[in-house]
Formats: sequence, structure tokens, C-alpha cells
Amino acid sequence: MFALTAIEKRHGDAIAVAVASWRAQSGEAWLLGGPSGSGKSTLLHLIAGLTAPTSGSIVVANQDLSALAPAERDRWRGRTVGLVPQRLHLIGAVSVIDNLRLAQRLAGVDRDDARIVGLLEAVQVADLAHRLPGELSQGQAQRVAIARAVVNRPAVLLADEPTAALDDEHAARALELLRAQALEAGATLVVATHDARVKPLLPHAFVLPPHAPKT
Amino acid sequence: MTLSGLAFAYARRRPLATLLVVVLAALGVAIAVLTLILSNELESRMRRDAEGIDLVVGAKGSPLQLVLAGVYHADIPPGNIPYPALERLRANPRVGAAIPLALGDSVAGFRIVGTEATLAAHYGAALTAGAMFGRPMQAVIGSDVAKATGLGVGATFAGTHGLATGGAEHDDDRYTVVGILAPTGLIVDRLVLTPVESVWDVHESHQGAIAAVDREVTMILVRFATPLAAATLAREINAQSALVAASPALETARLFTVFGVGLDVVRAFAGVLVGASVLLLFVALAQALEERRYDLAILRALGARRRDLVFVLMAESVALALAGAALGVAIGHLAAASIGRWLPAAAPLAGAAWRFGGYEGLVVVLAIVGGILAACWPAWRASRLDVAATLSDS
Repeated sequence: MFALTAIEKRHGDAIAVAVASWRAQSGEAWLLGGPSGSGKSTLLHLIAGLTAPTSGSIVVANQDLSALAPAERDRWRGRTVGLVPQRLHLIGAVSVIDNLRLAQRLAGVDRDDARIVGLLEAVQVADLAHRLPGELSQGQAQRVAIARAVVNRPAVLLADEPTAALDDEHAARALELLRAQALEAGATLVVATHDARVKPLLPHAFVLPPHAPKT
Repeated sequence: MTLSGLAFAYARRRPLATLLVVVLAALGVAIAVLTLILSNELESRMRRDAEGIDLVVGAKGSPLQLVLAGVYHADIPPGNIPYPALERLRANPRVGAAIPLALGDSVAGFRIVGTEATLAAHYGAALTAGAMFGRPMQAVIGSDVAKATGLGVGATFAGTHGLATGGAEHDDDRYTVVGILAPTGLIVDRLVLTPVESVWDVHESHQGAIAAVDREVTMILVRFATPLAAATLAREINAQSALVAASPALETARLFTVFGVGLDVVRAFAGVLVGASVLLLFVALAQALEERRYDLAILRALGARRRDLVFVLMAESVALALAGAALGVAIGHLAAASIGRWLPAAAPLAGAAWRFGGYEGLVVVLAIVGGILAACWPAWRASRLDVAATLSDS
């Protein structure tokens, strides 16, 4: 779960995103809507603690992010937040299985290969565990990115435009996978997208206005 | 998957850059190590060969030439001096020991030295076979001479006129080997020792009899009896018109001043190579940083702290620098061993090559420092990465 209260993120004089209030509970699946440039990615980064708001309060899994020192926030993020970035970026220098092990290591979580293998089986890429990311198709890389995001059983799972480059069938499968993994981890799922196909698949929606207002 | 494992994985994924950095660092370190081994061995051998010889007294000429000819047997002596000079020196209370050397002939490139049995004792050379010479035309040979010529006790040989191969042989005057010296690692291993009278006999048989009072030796090795002699004896001898007294310590130090410049140039070249490898490492890391910006942002998103990213870049840099240094140390020692094995004149290097001095540890420390220096700026940039902006930059 998370709660955003009166948050505002500015870049100089420009407001990148402003949210009066948004609360989401564990197990809920949310669509974060709005056109390009409305601040969807910025809002995801604020929830993940990757950037701090100019003002307002962000509480994620009962943790007020402003109370955490930078190094604590990094470890907290590794354990609490799963992120599927827009570019599905996997670390190209290491194998699929090592990408997941790295996620455990960086979060300070004990290595759990049984969990990793189980996840790779669940997303149907177990046979690719020792391949390098460069050898995977777009769909396979996306499934690995989802597995990596949930490997530490996060409280919040954030996905940034996960269906942007997919056809209808693959978009539906990706959404189904995200929901299933979030449910299995007991996480709150937030999918930032302007893809109209996603809207009917997620029960909750939070839509940002077309352009953040200027001061 | 550890952070060190990730650093190695990154290095493996850029084989060309990794190879270039390691090879360049290895070449620089290898040249530095080789020059260190060479200069250390040369210095140590020259010091050991001159140990216990305070002065070399000989004919007027260059003092350095006198020392090179009399102590290291590496140059032609400037001339001969009257034999009575030896007796006068022995009568001087400031002289502890005076050993005559009569040079002029050689066998198979090894110098025949007319001297006394005390010369072998001076070098601490014991006999492994036979006995010490007792009368003219008997010879005791050093271990390298025995190995190279195959001469054994009882064998005879004729000396060649001059100190290099190719001179006329004194066929009528054959030496008999009566003893073989044990290896000492000193110049005596490469000498043929015989009584001074042998040299006189060989040359008198060609030039006719020489009156006892006109007999000569080539030079005299002198050991002081008192510290006072160091301050006065050389000056006294040099005041005489016919003799020169040269101090091996002084002349060797002068020689090393000249050698030192050459060695410094080679070391500077090695330093340039090592410096270039650090620069190349820096460029490779800076370039890799640009390529890995999104990687680094993802690592931060996965929970990596700023110091974790610094560690990954530092570990990669230090690992490459250490690999280059280790390879360079190995190549340097191997090169010294090979030179010692294939060049007979440099044979002692073969043994010295595998003696490790303290400088290997220094090379490792410098490699770590070089690796850290090369990674400083890229690591700082990585730690300042704007993660949110990088992830949004799609």
C-alpha cells in the first residue's frame, strides 16, 4: 500500500507532477493514466523513492520516505519496490539468473535460488536462465524484467508503459503476468500507461491531467 | 552474484579494451621489472667481485680501465708495472695484503691470470678437484672455465696470446690443469689461475730471458691494513710517476652514474607505458560509463547504493590494473631467465630471475593506486547519476 498527500515535484519553476491525494491498498491493481508528458513516470519514481518530492508526503508500506537517509532509502527500495522500467532494461553483462540474483544481492536479501527458479518457471523462461539478455526476444526480456521486479516480494510493483511495444495478444499476456505476480507477492500494482487497451484490464485508475499546471 | 562478480562480468564483456589495458600495463611493468633485475644483479655482482679489494695499482692510464681490467676482467689493462712495486707495497705497514696479477694470455676466451694462491683464497674459492698450483705452468681453473672447456685435472692446454679468442697460441708452453675451483658466483669462476712465473716463462721463451729486476706484473690488488690507508695510500701512489692507484668502490660508483642514466631512460620509458595504460583504463571506464548509464540507473532502482556503483567501477579498474601488473612481473622475470639462459655472458641472470625482491609488492601497490586513480572520475560520475532522469530518458 501507499499514500500520497499533497505532493508536488518541480523542475525549476515548472511543476513536473502534482497530486493532492492518492491512496492504494495491498493487492489492488491500478492504472496510472494520462497523456505523454503528464508526469506518470515522475510519479512512479517518486513512489519508488528514486527522486524526492519538492513538497508533500509519500508513505509506502508504512514507511515515510522523507524519514529515510539516501543509503537507507536505496536498500528499502530494493526490498519494498519492484520496478519494470519502460525500456525493460536487463543488465546485459550477466545471465538471466544472475540478473535476479543481483536484485536479491543489491536489496540485501539472502540468495534464494529456489525462489528465482520458481519465478523463472512461472514466467516461462526457466530454460533461458543461463542466457545473456542480448539473446532474448522482446517478450522473453519483458517476462524476465517482471520476474526480477517481484523477486524480493515487493509491497509495491510499478510498471512503466509495459505494453507500449506489444501487440494486443502480448499486451494482454504481459498485464495478466503482472497481475498474477503482484497477487502472488501481495503487492499493490501500478501500471503507468496511456495505452487505452490496458484500461479495461485494471480495476482502479488514477489519471493525471494532460499537462501539469505551471506556477 | 556479487558486486565483484558484476565488475568481472563487465570486464569480460569488453574483451578488446580489457586486453589492451592489460597488455599495455604488462609491457610497462615487465620492462621496469627487467631493468630492476638487470641493474640489481649487475650491481650486486660488481659489489661482490670488488669486495675486499680497496685499491688496484697498475700502470699509468685510466683508473676505470684499471678497475675494469683488474677486478672485473672486462677491459684491457693499461700496461705493466715493475715487480719490485709489489715488494714495496708489501713492505708498507698500511697494506694488509697485496696480490699480483700478470695478464696477457687467455684460453677459449677465459683469461689466464698469473698470480698467487692467495687470489683463490681472497674469493673464498675452494677446490672441488685436484690441488692448488705449486710450480710454474700448473693451472687451477674456475668452475665456468671447466664447464665451458671440458678441461679436467691432468689435462693440458696452450694459452692464446691476448685476452680475446683468435690470438697466436703459445704451443711450446703448455699448462697442466692441477685443480678445479668450486662455483662461487664471482669473477674467479671465469679465470684460469697460474703462478706469476708461468706468465714470465711463456713470454720469456718468446722474447728471451729477462733479468729478475726487470720482471713485471700487470697490476696489484691491495687490501688496506688500517682505515688510515684509505686517506693516504692512494694519494701517495698516484704521486709516483709510474703508478696509478684506483679505488674499485669509487670507479664502480662512477660507472653506475653513467649506467644509471641509461637505466633511468629505460625506466622512464616503462613509466610512460604504465602511465599510458592508466590513461587507457581511464578512457575505457569513461566510455563504459556512458554505455552503462542505463545499467547503473537500473542497479540503483534495484537497491544499489551510490557506494555500490563506486565499488563496481573501482573493482573493475583495480582488477585490470592488477592483472596487468601480475602479468608484467611474470613476463619481466621470465625475460630475465630467458636472457640468462640463452646468453652465456648473462648466465647469472638465470638464477637471479627467480629471486623476488621487495619491488614486486611495490608494483602491486602502484597497480592498485593506478587502478583507483583511473576509476576516480568515472566512479564519481556514476555516484552522481540522476537515476530518475536516466530511467525517463527513453
